[in-house]
Amino acid sequence: MRTEIRFSGFGGQGIILSGILAGKAAALFDNKHATMTQSFGPEARGSACSAQLVVSDEPVLYPYLSQPEILVSMSQDACEKFLPELAKAGTLLVDEDLVKLSSVKRTIKKFAIPATRFAEELGNRILGNLVMLGFFSAVTEIVSPESFKKAIPGSVPERFLELNLKAFEKGYDYGAETKIKTPNKQKTKIKTDTVLTEPI
Amino acid sequence: MKADPRGVKTGAHYLDGDHACAEGALAAGCRFFAGYPITPSTEVAERIASRFPLVGGVFIQMEDELASIAAVLGGSWGGKKSMTVTSGPGFSLMMENIGLGVMTETPCVVVNVQRGGPSTGLPTLPGQQDMMQARWGSHGDYEIIAIVPNSPQECFDLTIQAFNLSEKYRVPVLVMMDECVGHMTEKVVIPPAEEIEVFNRKLYDGPKDQYLPYEVDNTNGRVPLMAHAGDGYRFHVTGLTHDEKGYPVMNAEVQQECVSRLIDKINKNTDDIIQYEEEQITNADVVVVTYGISSRVSMRAIRLAREQGLNVGLFRLITAWPFPEKRIKQIAKKVKAFVMVELNLGQMVYELERCIAGKAKVKLAPHAGGWVHNPTDILKIIKEAAK
Repeated sequence: MRTEIRFSGFGGQGIILSGILAGKAAALFDNKHATMTQSFGPEARGSACSAQLVVSDEPVLYPYLSQPEILVSMSQDACEKFLPELAKAGTLLVDEDLVKLSSVKRTIKKFAIPATRFAEELGNRILGNLVMLGFFSAVTEIVSPESFKKAIPGSVPERFLELNLKAFEKGYDYGAETKIKTPNKQKTKIKTDTVLTEPI
Repeated sequence: MKADPRGVKTGAHYLDGDHACAEGALAAGCRFFAGYPITPSTEVAERIASRFPLVGGVFIQMEDELASIAAVLGGSWGGKKSMTVTSGPGFSLMMENIGLGVMTETPCVVVNVQRGGPSTGLPTLPGQQDMMQARWGSHGDYEIIAIVPNSPQECFDLTIQAFNLSEKYRVPVLVMMDECVGHMTEKVVIPPAEEIEVFNRKLYDGPKDQYLPYEVDNTNGRVPLMAHAGDGYRFHVTGLTHDEKGYPVMNAEVQQECVSRLIDKINKNTDDIIQYEEEQITNADVVVVTYGISSRVSMRAIRLAREQGLNVGLFRLITAWPFPEKRIKQIAKKVKAFVMVELNLGQMVYELERCIAGKAKVKLAPHAGGWVHNPTDILKIIKEAAK
């Protein structure tokens, strides 16, 4: 099964690192194939920026996204830019303080977390991406939290490791709670029949 | 020889192709780098610059690409395995001295992370448009080795191989990556140093007064034994046509001998040099020939074609130059058609056509660069070819 994920926000939020950590966790510790590409060019500096990740049980042949099943958005700009390409039955994860959702298709599963606010409470807003990754892991179950915890050391500054792990756990716990609270039996795990329609 | 463990970062990593290429160079024993930054190859240089101080290497950022390749040739004669890295515009600037490297038989590696061209073109987007330049870019008759990785893992593995081939055959070896492979991040496994096979140039160690730098020693193929500057041997290195003493001799006889040997040392060792990957060639009606990032997209198209009942095989060039002529000629006898998939408007397809010489149909799946093919476009051409 192939899943296409886009992490998005603005330059400086650690969006690319989010893609690297999720890919590293999946490829090195979940024994899956994970290919990450990132947008290069002027748009990566300041305005909307994104990391694209393909996670699959088989080797990834087509490296780019054709229709992402998951969009993670940490800025209004990025959300508006990338929402139109999200699959009809896709999953949208946003930082609720930074992204206001107005018209999102009903078929799309929506999950919100005040990731940056949580990060500020932990002492530094720069940890917002780690809070979001925890939330992502709990809600989508594409990459296991155990693998994330193995992937984080070595990819963040040593002296901030503990704080990064704490931020991840904060997001994970919030995600697990959100899932329980989510009404109308909304199925949160990505269904296999929603993917594989586009080039692999 | 086994790799020097100081340069080998053993373990499983999550690396992009550029960083994997840098790790490959370190593992192969590269200890001199001169280059000038250019997207999308800069990450290779960055990684080398940060890792070299830990392994005793020398990194120089030069004033431009002409100086970079010149310094690399000097570094190699100074006794270090040397490399530079660039992209299209810089590759053009390096052409003259790549020819000097061929003529003086200087082992070195030139990495070209290809972007869309011509000129400055598409700095941040992929292309495979320097493939003919790799073969013919410098003036004069010569043979060269060019290899094409299609994943970060291969960027590591094939950079080691590039060094080994350049040391063995004393020729610049070109690693023809592309922006997509260079900037794509995947799992890269770096084996322990004792499992990495490394070839070091063969050095002359005979009497000082008898050293002939271009004397052909039949025990070492057609490759002369090298001496390094400072080792105490007196020798002359020149781009002018030279005899075995290394001094210029400008007449037709010496030219014939000198240039023929440069070509023969590659052409007569193609079985040792050439690498390719085949999938379901036997019984195939159509064979897709492709390389680099295009090969991965092609594999997707081939799977779609097989689902529709077509017999399609894959022939992936790992070595682009010298071209696997012998094998292509064998396959051409049995199949109906070939499809060449490359990120340009027709380059390697000409070499393919030359080898097939009308024995089978040849179709090109062209792309001007800036992105990769859509697999369904390739599928359409495979279907046409199968008719």
